[in-house]
Amino acid sequence: MAEAANSNDNQYLTFTLERELFALDIGSVREVLELVNITRVPRTPDYIRGVINLRGRAVPVVDLKLKFGMGATERTVNTCIIIVEVNLEGEATVLGALADSVQEVYEMESSQIEPTPRMGTPIKSDFIRGMGKSGDQFIIILDINKVFTSLELAGLAQTLGEAAPENAEA
Amino acid sequence: MKNQEDAHRAAYVEEARDLLAELEASLLELEHSPGDVDLLHKIFRGLHTVKGSGAMFGFDDIAAFTHDVESVFDRVRNGLLGVDRRLLDLSLRACDHIRALLDPREEQEAELAATGAELLAGFRAVAGAVEPSPARPAETSASEKSRPGVSRICRLRFRPHGDMLASGNNPLLLLEDLAALGDCRCYVHTEDVPALEDLDPESCLVWWDCVLRTEAEAAAVADVFVFVEDDCELRLDVLDDGCAGDGEAVHRRLGEILVSRGDIREEDLEAALAAQRRLGDILSDTGLVSPGTVASALSEQQAVQELSQRTCDRSDKASSIRVAADKLDDLVDLVGELVIVQAQIRQAVEDRGDPALRGLAEHLERLAESLRDSTLSIRMLPIGATFARFRRLVRDLTAELGKEIDLVTQGEETELDKTVIERLGDPLVHLLRNSIDHGIEFPDVRKAAGKPPAGVIRLSAAHSGGEVVITVADDGAGLSAQAIRKRAEERGLIPAGAEMTAKELYNLIFLPGFSTAKAVTSISGRGVGMDVVKRAIDALRGSVEIDSQPGRGATITVRLPLTLAIIDGLQIQVGAEYYVVPLGLVEECVERARGGDGTEPGMLNMRGQVVPCLRLREAFAIDGDRPVIEPIVVVTVDGARVGLAVDRVVGEHQTVIKSLGPLYRDIEEFSGATIRGDGRMALILDVAALVRRAADPDGSHPALFAK
Repeated sequence: MAEAANSNDNQYLTFTLERELFALDIGSVREVLELVNITRVPRTPDYIRGVINLRGRAVPVVDLKLKFGMGATERTVNTCIIIVEVNLEGEATVLGALADSVQEVYEMESSQIEPTPRMGTPIKSDFIRGMGKSGDQFIIILDINKVFTSLELAGLAQTLGEAAPENAEA
Repeated sequence: MKNQEDAHRAAYVEEARDLLAELEASLLELEHSPGDVDLLHKIFRGLHTVKGSGAMFGFDDIAAFTHDVESVFDRVRNGLLGVDRRLLDLSLRACDHIRALLDPREEQEAELAATGAELLAGFRAVAGAVEPSPARPAETSASEKSRPGVSRICRLRFRPHGDMLASGNNPLLLLEDLAALGDCRCYVHTEDVPALEDLDPESCLVWWDCVLRTEAEAAAVADVFVFVEDDCELRLDVLDDGCAGDGEAVHRRLGEILVSRGDIREEDLEAALAAQRRLGDILSDTGLVSPGTVASALSEQQAVQELSQRTCDRSDKASSIRVAADKLDDLVDLVGELVIVQAQIRQAVEDRGDPALRGLAEHLERLAESLRDSTLSIRMLPIGATFARFRRLVRDLTAELGKEIDLVTQGEETELDKTVIERLGDPLVHLLRNSIDHGIEFPDVRKAAGKPPAGVIRLSAAHSGGEVVITVADDGAGLSAQAIRKRAEERGLIPAGAEMTAKELYNLIFLPGFSTAKAVTSISGRGVGMDVVKRAIDALRGSVEIDSQPGRGATITVRLPLTLAIIDGLQIQVGAEYYVVPLGLVEECVERARGGDGTEPGMLNMRGQVVPCLRLREAFAIDGDRPVIEPIVVVTVDGARVGLAVDRVVGEHQTVIKSLGPLYRDIEEFSGATIRGDGRMALILDVAALVRRAADPDGSHPALFAK
């Protein structure tokens, strides 16, 4: 595992949301799918679009643009689902993330990556691991675990109202 | 090497646990039928195995302890000692003690040793003068060091030279040693013994053919004769090594046996066979072999047949194999996927309409279905083992409480999915404890009420349609509807004076924090219990119900699905989404025309009965218009009927249940998802949770959903 991480250390998968260029550490990316039908689970937050069938498993798909407040992802020929493995409450979980388009696997030395500026980023700086550069364009490198940890079910539970009735306990 | 040893030890621990469970069951059975010799043998065998393999894998304390227990049972087995309650009490505690020894912890060492000593002292007192015999070394060296359970059949021809007795060897002792190795049949040849006047009393004229079924190595068998090697003619053949193949191979015919022993030649045999008489007669008539030889061979034939029959009977148990549970889970997953792909293929084939392809697809469907059934059946286990555990529980608790209770079990052979059985144990324990503690009265109260002093709890399991019904029935005091109503009103679980039937009131005891028993005992009555039971059963997608006749007892009925992996579902459509309702809950499908203004009440008039109706489109906030004719799926939830208004009923569908994963852990309305023929996902409705929520959006009166 450690070895694999080393060889992929400086590789990032770049993708776009609107006009911004984002990147994910290739180590957390499992595969990229074409957009397939997503089955919505009623009464869950909008940014969790629902579940897809990934070879017989139910995998939740998150609309990153909705999450980042950039409006819902529209369906185009380029729309993709990036399947990532994240750590939810210490449990490795497979999730899908919608992207307007997937670009390339891009190599960046850690020296090329700059720390997150404190302001002026299009999304919350907590979600950003650093800023890279491709030509003239900035690449926002996402901290995938933080992005997904923040979608935690706190939001989900609220939408659902109460959990199991807990009154009248002896 | 170390790892291998650990693995062996782990295997022993697991095996020993099984053996102990069996032992416990046998002991409890023995209580009811103290004279059952088979049971005693079974117990003895169990103890012996625990001891033998314990010594082999370095559990010396277990071996030593069990040895002493075993010697007590040896006396019982030989009729020297009667079975009484004291002995059984001790034996059951001994089982516990061995179990504790299997998983030793440093800090308990002294305590364990003390318990062991105390138990042994108890056994000694019971057994009277059972000497604390030292472990018999001969036994360990002979039969226990070999591979346990693998037995072989050996044939021996032991022909002492005439002067053997002169060298101080007694062939009978040797044969006795041989018999100690296993199951031994001997045939003695006396043909060479002359008439009395010619007899030399100092020479040995008889010789033996022996058939031995033993677990010892062939070398160990030969070792018996090691000191007389020069004084006798010994031939040792292993006929059947370990009953590994089928037992058939060793059931050889008389002629073959004689030929292989070299007593006759094959040609002679064939010639003899040609004359259509009984082979043995022919052979002895023609003088090729003596009648004694034939009789000996016949006895060998019979012995081998019997012995290997017995081995194979015993190896019935060994014909099952132990498989790690996760491997089975993987297999079930794979089969689930196969079923999904098969459904996709069927859909694709139907779109194409190629008859040849359709034939193949149907074949595949049949295969996939039988594969699914047999895979799921691998995971099915009889519930009997769980019931056996309860016997002990009931016995201990009744003793503690000073009540008299008989546990009657029925339907032990009923099979349930392994996961269901594992997760069923705790709720059933709760139910039993409840019956023991609150249900069955004390003997004097029972007598006053004109009932026999000993209460009866009936625990039964049976298949009923696609589900398993488990009932716990007691003949105790039953439930008091009045007390329940009072309590529920106090707790605010129901509005004061709410109209409810007795049965509805009884089922209130499954609500959280409900307990009518005044006394809190160590057994139950802490205000948790029945709600835990309900939650556990719900999690298994089952239902639980209670009914009672005051003064006559209470019956709790638990209904469970056979398996958790695959269900039959009814697929429905709302908007563009598909959902699955477990078919077991569906009563019927009806249709109703949408009213002009679309504001008809959320009720349905079904043959004069009012059935509340839930519109899934609204419950799930799905946009779009409802159809003009609205299909309604009527389901039963917690004993009440509820209609679910949908857009379209698609049809029945084999549903492989997929977990929605941790992200959706807190969504109660869906128990999972499944994959449709076209590869999309459909959510499986947890109808009970859905209805509960719809009836009671803020959770203030959890009792009302029952109405």
